[in-house]
Amino acid sequence: MNINNDRKKYKFLEDVAIADVAYEAYGKDLNELFENAAMAIFELSANLDTVDAKEKIEFEFENDKIENLLYDFLSEILFLKDSKYMVFKKVKVSIKENKKYHLKAVLEGEGINPQKQQLENDIKAVTMHMFEVKKEKNKWKAVVVVDI
Amino acid sequence: MRLVTTNLTYKEVQPKLRELVDTLFRTVPAGVGSRGFVDASRSQFKEIMTYGSKWCIENSYGWTEDLERTEGYGRIDWAEPEKVSSKAMERGIKQLGTLGSGNHYLEIQIVKAENIFDEELAKKFGITQPEQVVIMVHCGSRGFGHQIGTDYLRIFEGTMKKYGIEVYDRELACAPFQSNEGQDYYKAMACAANMAFANRQVILHRIREGFSKVFKTEAEKLEMHMVYDVAHNIAKLEEHVIDGHKKKVVVHRKGSTRAFPPHHPELAKLYKETGQPVIIGGSMETGSFLLVGTQKAMDETFGSTAHGSGRTMSRAAAKRQVRGEQLQRDMEKRGIYVKAISMSGLAEEAGFAYKNINDVINAVAEAGISMPVVGLKPVGNVKG
Repeated sequence: MNINNDRKKYKFLEDVAIADVAYEAYGKDLNELFENAAMAIFELSANLDTVDAKEKIEFEFENDKIENLLYDFLSEILFLKDSKYMVFKKVKVSIKENKKYHLKAVLEGEGINPQKQQLENDIKAVTMHMFEVKKEKNKWKAVVVVDI
Repeated sequence: MRLVTTNLTYKEVQPKLRELVDTLFRTVPAGVGSRGFVDASRSQFKEIMTYGSKWCIENSYGWTEDLERTEGYGRIDWAEPEKVSSKAMERGIKQLGTLGSGNHYLEIQIVKAENIFDEELAKKFGITQPEQVVIMVHCGSRGFGHQIGTDYLRIFEGTMKKYGIEVYDRELACAPFQSNEGQDYYKAMACAANMAFANRQVILHRIREGFSKVFKTEAEKLEMHMVYDVAHNIAKLEEHVIDGHKKKVVVHRKGSTRAFPPHHPELAKLYKETGQPVIIGGSMETGSFLLVGTQKAMDETFGSTAHGSGRTMSRAAAKRQVRGEQLQRDMEKRGIYVKAISMSGLAEEAGFAYKNINDVINAVAEAGISMPVVGLKPVGNVKG
């Protein structure tokens, strides 16, 4: 669990998916929700104290469904890990809604180096099992299960 | 899942166990973002997707005899690289020859006299003496197959409505087998299966090199023959008898593995009389089993059996019970030398987080869907 300024960013859920890892991410708006959902993946991949934000990667996505947008966004992080050999530490998301949802993301991290970083799980995929994005009162919540 | 024998005994391996595991840890990359040693070009990677293990043998990553010891000769012939996204290719191209993380492993195991359940069959499978050292590898198509899964999951999500399909869980997104989308996925999935066969094949090549280096003897002289390589996440068109009639059906083995009986037409000559060797993996602390396929599996479970012991405890719960460093020390005291990239990943794989493998084996034997031949005890382990 990661606590920041007394507000939960994300929480790992136990015994939901025994062989996989499930988590809930939260945010006051969609931008924060997406950022926190990404941070959970970063934390699962490496000890973030051992990762530096040296390189930036930017990408954009569009979708008319917010759930699909989050799925594509998180899947892209796994794709970048394996194709650019990077682990990430920081993320900035900006989502604009105009008929469709348009996402701009900036990830910051560095090239994978097992001698420097404490690497953890090589996440295989974001699954659609229990996958959900919803607004509860005044905050957003997502449920994500990743295949480890 | 792949099992390889040697003619070495534990007595010979034990003094060099540490050197052996360290060598394999170095030469078979594991963990997050590891790069494989096969530097394939895009056109070579397409050949790998198409020809699987066959490509490896043609490119000197193995022995010709390895093919008949692999499910489907290590190649699924309906693979079409055109059905695979360039994203999946980009993700997978440098992963050939990597182990991955999670429950994937490379294990040095030994045969105990009391764990030989069928001596005659054991001999036919290459397990000829107590204390014999064998190697087991569990890994698959890595990020490549998962990217294909991710790509087609999104495609199916968009087409299920068109086909009037509703599912209880979105992860079960699907398409009719004969639809364009269904056929495209079937051909793309075959590319992932071929990459997985090839991945284990090139890893075997590295294992043979590693043993050869440490024992200063050629792999051939160490008799490092494969027992078998069997997939455990795959869908295939097969012929089965249903209500007395032969039918072609798609058998999807997910969390299960093939267990064909003697004389099954898809078995290579080598195993025609014995039936197919079946490998069931247990936890890194408790051991694994070599079994044989049966007619009962054919009759009752579409030629399938269990593929592993299965978890009983979440990863987070396992990590709360033991620290990776402690587990590593405890296991070493018990004669199991483990080398892992991630200590928390190691804790997640602790033996107590899994079902008792003996219970699983007893269950499949009682059901008659595969019969135990040999039990294998771990002594060395490489983990991501």
